[in-house]
Amino acid sequence: MRDESRPPSLATDDATGHLRLAGSWTLVHAAQMGEALRGAPEGVSAVDADEVDRLDSSGVLLLLRFASRRGLGLEHFSFHEDHRALVEAIEDVADDRPKKKREYGVIAALARLGFAVHDNYREILALIGFLGENLVKFARMLAQPRRFRLTSTVYHMEQVGLDAVPLVFLLSYLVGAVIAFLGANILRDFGAVIYVVELVDVAFLREFAVLLTAIILAGRTASAFTAQIGAMQSREEIDAIRTLGMDPVDLLVMPRVIALLVTLPLLTFIAMIAGVLGGATVGAFTLDIPPQAWLSRMESTIEVRHFLVGLSKAPIFAVIIALIGCLEGLQVEGTAQSVGERTTSAVVQTISLVIVLDAIMALWFMQMGI
Amino acid sequence: MTIRDDDIAIRIEGLENRFGEQVVHENLDLSVRRGEIIGVVGGSGAGKSVLMRSILGLRRPDAGRIEVLGADARSEDEADRQHIERNTGVLFQDGALFSSLTVGENVQVPLKEQHPELPDSLRYELALLKVKLAGLPADAIEKLPSQLSGGMRKRAGLARALALDPPLLFLDEPTAGLDPIGAAAFDELILTLQRALGLTVFLITHDLDTLYAICDRVAVLADKRVVVNAPIEEVERFDHPWVQQYFHGPRARAARQAGTGTAA
Repeated sequence: MRDESRPPSLATDDATGHLRLAGSWTLVHAAQMGEALRGAPEGVSAVDADEVDRLDSSGVLLLLRFASRRGLGLEHFSFHEDHRALVEAIEDVADDRPKKKREYGVIAALARLGFAVHDNYREILALIGFLGENLVKFARMLAQPRRFRLTSTVYHMEQVGLDAVPLVFLLSYLVGAVIAFLGANILRDFGAVIYVVELVDVAFLREFAVLLTAIILAGRTASAFTAQIGAMQSREEIDAIRTLGMDPVDLLVMPRVIALLVTLPLLTFIAMIAGVLGGATVGAFTLDIPPQAWLSRMESTIEVRHFLVGLSKAPIFAVIIALIGCLEGLQVEGTAQSVGERTTSAVVQTISLVIVLDAIMALWFMQMGI
Repeated sequence: MTIRDDDIAIRIEGLENRFGEQVVHENLDLSVRRGEIIGVVGGSGAGKSVLMRSILGLRRPDAGRIEVLGADARSEDEADRQHIERNTGVLFQDGALFSSLTVGENVQVPLKEQHPELPDSLRYELALLKVKLAGLPADAIEKLPSQLSGGMRKRAGLARALALDPPLLFLDEPTAGLDPIGAAAFDELILTLQRALGLTVFLITHDLDTLYAICDRVAVLADKRVVVNAPIEEVERFDHPWVQQYFHGPRARAARQAGTGTAA
């Protein structure tokens, strides 16, 4: 059945002075209804709506608004029998209005800023608290090895470690090649192209391998942790775990932390190899440094401490990524939007924290002369 | 598009739905009259929800004809689809409210989509009206779905389903998960709205109380089709093992007494 109804219309009945409505007063004709009512003559004493073909709640709403504008009581309206139930139902609830909310532009903005600062403060406290909780639970696990979840840990190692190898390798290889190109362009002016070997090797061993890996895992793994745990949280699975007498930290967080603690250093090592390979590829094809020369120069000039400095940061980044990812997941509140917000927050926090800590550690190592 | 019978809101003929090897509906016929509340019952997995999804066009059936308010539900034609969308309201099981929007914004979504020309103030007023008609306090309009109880979420879902004043309303287990008092109040609400707005209601339920209290007719889904579609007194007497078990179990007896008690 298509809507072939007559549009709404009104006319003044000359005999009675009443306003006579006709046609279909429904949502489809909202604009015409509004216009017709605005154009209604002044001094209407009553409204006859008996002959209206169709009336829906938007029609009633507009008529009630018209009535209150003109100061007409509902007793001056007459409706068709079929429409009375609707009018009464709407009349019954008409007086209930939501409380007015007060909003002030500048003050609201200041309040938002205040809330944001306070939220950040609370997040930092929560993270430190969560770190403490995890350390305690880790110590307890060492004392009671049966708490260790081997299957789950191995599963997460595969997810965050093995499955990330191609990506980490490819990105590190490319960055290594780019650094070799950039370095060679500048070093060539000094006739010191061969120093490209030290540049790429030191950069990758000390900084880039671990930083790149951490950033890739922050995007790939922290977000996955938050989404997994967040979805569980929003479906009350975490509560179910608690009521079954298990500890969500033991069950969900520990395996993830341990999996990352094991795999991030391994991935970092792969990234180091890939970066150096990238540099060596550029060296072999465009800089006339054959791979043998690259390797022998690397062996004679690069000290092991660079490798150790780089690798020493990996466990720290692993803990940061795993803890923030899990903590944000545990803080999800019910809605689908909350999962999304928390995931974004987890990635932003981990990447920022990884870079900030890396900078601090670089300074520290340099001051200590390591 | 032809109008064959103005009294029939939904007409289904020879419907067939299959998931791979598994046949859910076969040769299913059902007609829903205008202005009635039809209760659809059936065991778990009998295909109640699949039937509703087929009628709404959310699922393309494998065979058969479905006519909703005179339009072919299987039609690809934009105008037919829009005709059905504008004239049907659906309350999903848990309300299916958009969790990032307030109740008021949820109700305004269909209004914005289908009637973008409405001024903001009128749209707000309409949303407020629907929220109140669904039995929520006016203050609820500013709340997020997560701040509401299960019963209130259903009412908010109902308000959204009613946003466009659709003549046809689909309810998927409206009283599931409500306490008996809340469920009875919801039944009452559906009945009141049905009378006030002149709705045709397609109601999927397990709730015997709802069947006895508000349904004009009851359709029983079993053996992949509608085995009986009649007023409840007739359905009770219908000779089919599932029907007999359903309507003559211990729970049914209590519901029947309560239902006839309120009806009298």
